Amino acid sequence: MRQLCKGNVAVIKGAVLAGCRAYYGYPITPASEVAEAAALYFPEVGGTFVQAESETASINMVYGAASAGVRVMTASSGPGLSLMQEGISYLAGAELPCVIVDVMRGGPGLGNIAPEQSDYFAMIKGGGHGNYRNLVVAPASVQEMADLTILAFELADKYRNPAIVLTDGFVGQMMEPLDLEYREILAPEKPWAVKGTAETRKNMISSIFLEPDDLEEHQRLMEAKYIRAQQAETRWEEYLTDDADLLVVGYGIVSRVLRSAVDEARKQGIKVGLFRPISLWPFPSKALLATALRSEKVLVVELSNGQMVEDVRLALEGKRPVEFYGRVGGNVPAVEELLAKIEEQMPAAV
Amino acid sequence: MSENNVIQITETLDKPKATTDGYEIVHSKSQLFYPEYERKGELKHQTHYCPGCGHGVAHKLIAEALEDLGVQDQTILVSPVGCSVFAYYYFDVGNVQVAHGRAPAAATALKRACPDKIVLAYQGDGDLAAIGTAEIVHAANRGEKISVFFVNNAIYGMTGGQMAPTTLVGQKSTTSPWGRRPVNEGFPLHMAEMLATLEAPVYIERVALSDNKNIMKARRAVRKALELQRDGAGFTFVEILSPCPTIWGKDPVEARKWIAEKMIPNFPLNVFRDRKVEVPNNNIPPHKTVAELIEGEKRAVGDAELPLRHHHFRELGIKIAGFGGQGVLLLGQLLAEMGMREGLEVSWLPSYGPEMRSGSAHCHVCLSKDRIGSPLVSRPQVLVAFNEISLRKFAAEVAPGGTIIYGREALPDDLSIPQAQVVCIPASEIADKLGSAKVANVVMMGALLEETECLSPATAMQVLEKKVKNPVMLELDRKALAAGRIYIDHTVAIGAVTQADGFAQ
Repeated sequence: MRQLCKGNVAVIKGAVLAGCRAYYGYPITPASEVAEAAALYFPEVGGTFVQAESETASINMVYGAASAGVRVMTASSGPGLSLMQEGISYLAGAELPCVIVDVMRGGPGLGNIAPEQSDYFAMIKGGGHGNYRNLVVAPASVQEMADLTILAFELADKYRNPAIVLTDGFVGQMMEPLDLEYREILAPEKPWAVKGTAETRKNMISSIFLEPDDLEEHQRLMEAKYIRAQQAETRWEEYLTDDADLLVVGYGIVSRVLRSAVDEARKQGIKVGLFRPISLWPFPSKALLATALRSEKVLVVELSNGQMVEDVRLALEGKRPVEFYGRVGGNVPAVEELLAKIEEQMPAAV
Repeated sequence: MSENNVIQITETLDKPKATTDGYEIVHSKSQLFYPEYERKGELKHQTHYCPGCGHGVAHKLIAEALEDLGVQDQTILVSPVGCSVFAYYYFDVGNVQVAHGRAPAAATALKRACPDKIVLAYQGDGDLAAIGTAEIVHAANRGEKISVFFVNNAIYGMTGGQMAPTTLVGQKSTTSPWGRRPVNEGFPLHMAEMLATLEAPVYIERVALSDNKNIMKARRAVRKALELQRDGAGFTFVEILSPCPTIWGKDPVEARKWIAEKMIPNFPLNVFRDRKVEVPNNNIPPHKTVAELIEGEKRAVGDAELPLRHHHFRELGIKIAGFGGQGVLLLGQLLAEMGMREGLEVSWLPSYGPEMRSGSAHCHVCLSKDRIGSPLVSRPQVLVAFNEISLRKFAAEVAPGGTIIYGREALPDDLSIPQAQVVCIPASEIADKLGSAKVANVVMMGALLEETECLSPATAMQVLEKKVKNPVMLELDRKALAAGRIYIDHTVAIGAVTQADGFAQ
């Protein structure tokens, strides 16, 4: 079945299919429709929806529900995510799985409600305290808002770690056809959870390790799972990269504009291809390097002043020149604008 | 009941047990505590609390109550940040340790995930009454069916004696070294009284660990809170005035006296709330399985897509602009829905802003035979401009050879749009004549479909029939769609198109 659906609503449709039955959130533009859809659908399927008093409370409610072993989520945008960072650190430290959606808007501070991709550092590099990682996926379409939310739940449970769906105001607000078929998705058993039963009575959810050796051991175990995730969970999409002289890199809404710009540039004979990271952490560094080595140079485009570009440069180890083009403040470049940037890099062969 | 409880303890005292190392146990520890505190590390036989600290007594009262209620296996204890951060060393129940101040939030979700279990939050005064004030107030106000035990010792213990929100006026602390001065630090916060202003809580009492008589009262309060939770009654809260001899700089006996002489006059012992609260349970959503939910969505979408229709474009970018409230965004959604039903790839991207009056609104619609790249239409082939502001703002963006549907009778005299063909239609006036200004956007749609033939009017009616539930409105929409189309036919026939030059495509 194809239905015309808003990105933010598709998140909840995916979550319902994924077996998520608990939503704790606080409204914020441009993410509010996620909470609204959860308020509508979750109670119908026997789930819980609570509008919390703040994002701080939301994320700690997520912590509580995750402690009990249920699939749980919240969603917000920049300022709300800033408030949640302490809680995300606790969730990671206590190894609690959950899904957090960040529908990015302009910052810093109150900024504005137009799309930006300026939470990349906060979500990928860890905006909370301590040594931890978030598992981060970046949808670029309404269909992916549902599909990657489902994936996020699976990753969160697999690695007992918070998973972030990092998107932006445009992908959250836009409508596209969504193909949604019922399928049974079973959450794994969680023998570690605290459920108020005889079997789980000895269980404890905590992020405290007073002894340095104990905390180091805990962190080593966390590191080990992050290494496993880096090996198994990188995801990306390539478009016309086989013969590309110029490789353009972008995620989320930017990848959509880049795709159109690539088509336009190809019409002019410019050999350009698109690399779109789908997982932002782990970052698809190896795949990007392999693809970039087939090109002469790389152009990274973001709705930021240059955040993901750092990971691109790390991945390429200086083996290819990396140029950057960013728009900020809620401005999203038009196809013509990015085409001009591509032409700047690669004057058309005459 | 209370007398029985007293007798139980006496019985225990009467039956001392000999142990192998020569000590006599005169009063055995609750089975709800771990026999040895393995989680604590090396010193497994004593707590980490200072001599004379109230936490030990408070723990004991809670543990004995849980044991007597027979709910050890059903209990989840949420421990805070503060001296009782390590409550999980001692309580042999399910344990969740949470961030500073957030125990009521975590407990909320735990209880909702495990509604038939006993969930209790144990918090100190810094945790509950300072950093976590919002969480406790809102958990109480939602009537979460949890029990919160609030240990108030008027000081920050674990961090070494800083001022608490409950520190007494004149009381010295490391951060109120001249004694708490209301002019600088305000007055002590009375949490039990504050929460008692809310409708939802069923039980709120303040007790004190100042002497044996008061401890027995505390014991009863703790039991009552847990019993009420067991019976599903609602939010229960017990504030426990508790000694902190170490930080207060007093010996345990003096510390207890200080509670009686200084704290109780400031924090009067009282039952602030003890009543059944009838919570209305109306507007209950219907219960569905996920499969039923998806089925419902399918029905809402309706019939399968129409047979593939020929479209004269590979990709068509449409921009629609006007004032908020003119149905600008809805028109875009209808076009996207129609395109989807005609087998096209579609996207709809709105301008979105704060919900406020007299804003402008616009949206982008892409119709394509291929996967859509940018949903942002920067060079629209079609612009639907509802008003002059929108026309002036976006006309220059229209691609050469493109079309503008303008919702007024004629172009402004000073405006020239050489690259595009402009069709003017007084949509609001036509809609008014039909009986409702609300259908102006459907009049515009009629004009758009007639002029560009991008999508079929039959599809438009199919979508409108799905979306518009009110038959009177639907009939108006049908007329509006027809009126828009007829106006274009008529206008073209009499040659009233403003810029004939633009016709060549």
